[in-house]
Amino acid sequence: MNKTVNQKAWFFVIPVFVLVAFNAIIPLMTVVNYAFQETFGNNVFMWEGTRWFKQIMLSERFHASLGRQFLFTFIILFIQIPLGIAIALTMPKEGLGVPVCLVLMSMPLLIPWNVVGAMWNIFALPDIGFLGHSLNALGFDYNFTQQIGDAWFTTILMDVWHWTSLVVLLSYAGLRSIQPAYYQAAEIDGASRWAVFTKIELPKMKKVLTIAILLRFMDSFMIYTEPFVLTGGGPGNATAFLSIDLVKMALGQFDLGPAAAMSLIYFFIVLLVCWVFYTLMMRNEGKS
Amino acid sequence: MAKVTLKSLSHSYLKIQSSDADWAIRGVDIDWNDGGAYALLGPSGCGKTTLLNIISGLITPTKGDILFDDKVVSGLNPVERNIAQIFQFPVIYDTMTVYDNLAFPLRNRKIPEEEIKVKVHEIAEMLELSSTINNRASGLTADGKQKISLGRGLVRSDVNAIMFDEPLTVIDPHLKWILRSKLKELHQKINRTMIYVTHDQTEALTFADQVVVMHEGQIVQTGTPVDLFEKPKHTFVGYFIGSPGMNVLPCKINGNDVIVNGKKIETHQQVKKNNFSKTEVGVRPEFISFSNHGIPVKVLSVSNTGRHKIVDTESESGKIKMIAKSNENIPSGSAFLKFKKEYTYTYGDSWIIE
Repeated sequence: MNKTVNQKAWFFVIPVFVLVAFNAIIPLMTVVNYAFQETFGNNVFMWEGTRWFKQIMLSERFHASLGRQFLFTFIILFIQIPLGIAIALTMPKEGLGVPVCLVLMSMPLLIPWNVVGAMWNIFALPDIGFLGHSLNALGFDYNFTQQIGDAWFTTILMDVWHWTSLVVLLSYAGLRSIQPAYYQAAEIDGASRWAVFTKIELPKMKKVLTIAILLRFMDSFMIYTEPFVLTGGGPGNATAFLSIDLVKMALGQFDLGPAAAMSLIYFFIVLLVCWVFYTLMMRNEGKS
Repeated sequence: MAKVTLKSLSHSYLKIQSSDADWAIRGVDIDWNDGGAYALLGPSGCGKTTLLNIISGLITPTKGDILFDDKVVSGLNPVERNIAQIFQFPVIYDTMTVYDNLAFPLRNRKIPEEEIKVKVHEIAEMLELSSTINNRASGLTADGKQKISLGRGLVRSDVNAIMFDEPLTVIDPHLKWILRSKLKELHQKINRTMIYVTHDQTEALTFADQVVVMHEGQIVQTGTPVDLFEKPKHTFVGYFIGSPGMNVLPCKINGNDVIVNGKKIETHQQVKKNNFSKTEVGVRPEFISFSNHGIPVKVLSVSNTGRHKIVDTESESGKIKMIAKSNENIPSGSAFLKFKKEYTYTYGDSWIIE
């Protein structure tokens, strides 16, 4: 095939390229720069090769925060995805209930992240917070600032409260786009409610659920503000997830080289998991 | 297999009905014999799909009763009524293979797997799906998918009735012919009551023994294709069926005389009473010819379809279309038209005067 030669298209590409360069490529390359060198300030750099990478990959501290991060992400996905689908299934399909539910569902998503953290911090305080005080009044020994289990429980509860709505809204959109004829056909075919869910609703929601899982994976894997405000990574390092640990290393200890290397490893893990997941989910889509 | 009876059935999608327009279905009575092939014909929005869904049990009617073999089934769901229905757009279960799709209605009814296998292969053979039977259904073309939908409706051998809701909308024209004759053939073979909803007159007239024409939620005429063509009982049937449709001209009734454009014309029936707010004369283009006297018209244009010529003319009281033989000479300018007496009907308030 002969294509028309027209170089004018570059004029449309260049602005985007400049924009992406300034907000992504140049900052990223700065990090890359730090990851292979040692600096003591005054713009003096010494070549270190892969030393920081080796150091991070072998450090127990990194293994621990990575482990915590994966555990946290798996737990919240395990709760939020089924819960989000379940709520979407029970939401009204018409009438005044629809806007009411949608607005209520959107509220947590509209609250700034550090406000969410601060809210939950006060809410969960064992002596004066509503949640903390009530739990203690009921006889539970609850103190998220001192007990590891309580800290995890509170962090997970906060994330479920903050983000399940996103899964609900996406699932709801997916459910609403299913043609009524599918339900009618299933009714005539004598399908059970469970069969309708597994054979019609879930397959039809596959694309929005893929998006939901990807978004929730990325956001929860990179979570920083809320646990930082709520627990500050504590007690000890119990809730120091990857980004909290990274900030500690970069800004607390000023270990710029290892922190840069860790950023890159962190970035590649997110990229790899997303790519593998997306490829697996979409492997049959091209055929239809 | 069952006889289907509808008794003064009305349905409204609104909670409170204030006028006739609020009703999707108004006072429908139907008697359909066991094993017949019927078509519900009408334009979009006339209530034919609503009526079909009421028969199948997907919608509960506001008023009236549905009987299968003289047993009231109004309160039963589609499974209890044991009917099959095929929808306008292909409905397939994406994650299943063609085989599993066809087997699904049988599996839900706990039929033994060996029996299912025989049935499914038989239906797949008939619909020419055998070569793709183990493929995932989502990979098929639109008409392949619709064949699966058809197959799921046909695979159960004990159904009371099979409903088709414009099932050939998404099918290519040449395949339409094949599938339509397949359905007809199938009807002769399995002899089950089939109800076919369509807005396409050709489809209705070729498929059904009896066609029910609906207009604004009411049945305007039930009859064989020939009845509908030769003696439309409502002006709507006249112009909805036939191509081009029936000419409907305002007329005056003066005693026993029917006057169009100041000329007395002869009609099929004697008009006795005359208490209508609107009276019209209807005659199909096929039953009009040029003459030396009659209704004076001006010839506007002639279009040749190959088999015949369609002539557009204008009379004092409106346009009149007529069909002439392809070798006939068409006068230009002024001419006179004659209506064939036995196919010229008078209508009072749109309904035939008898």
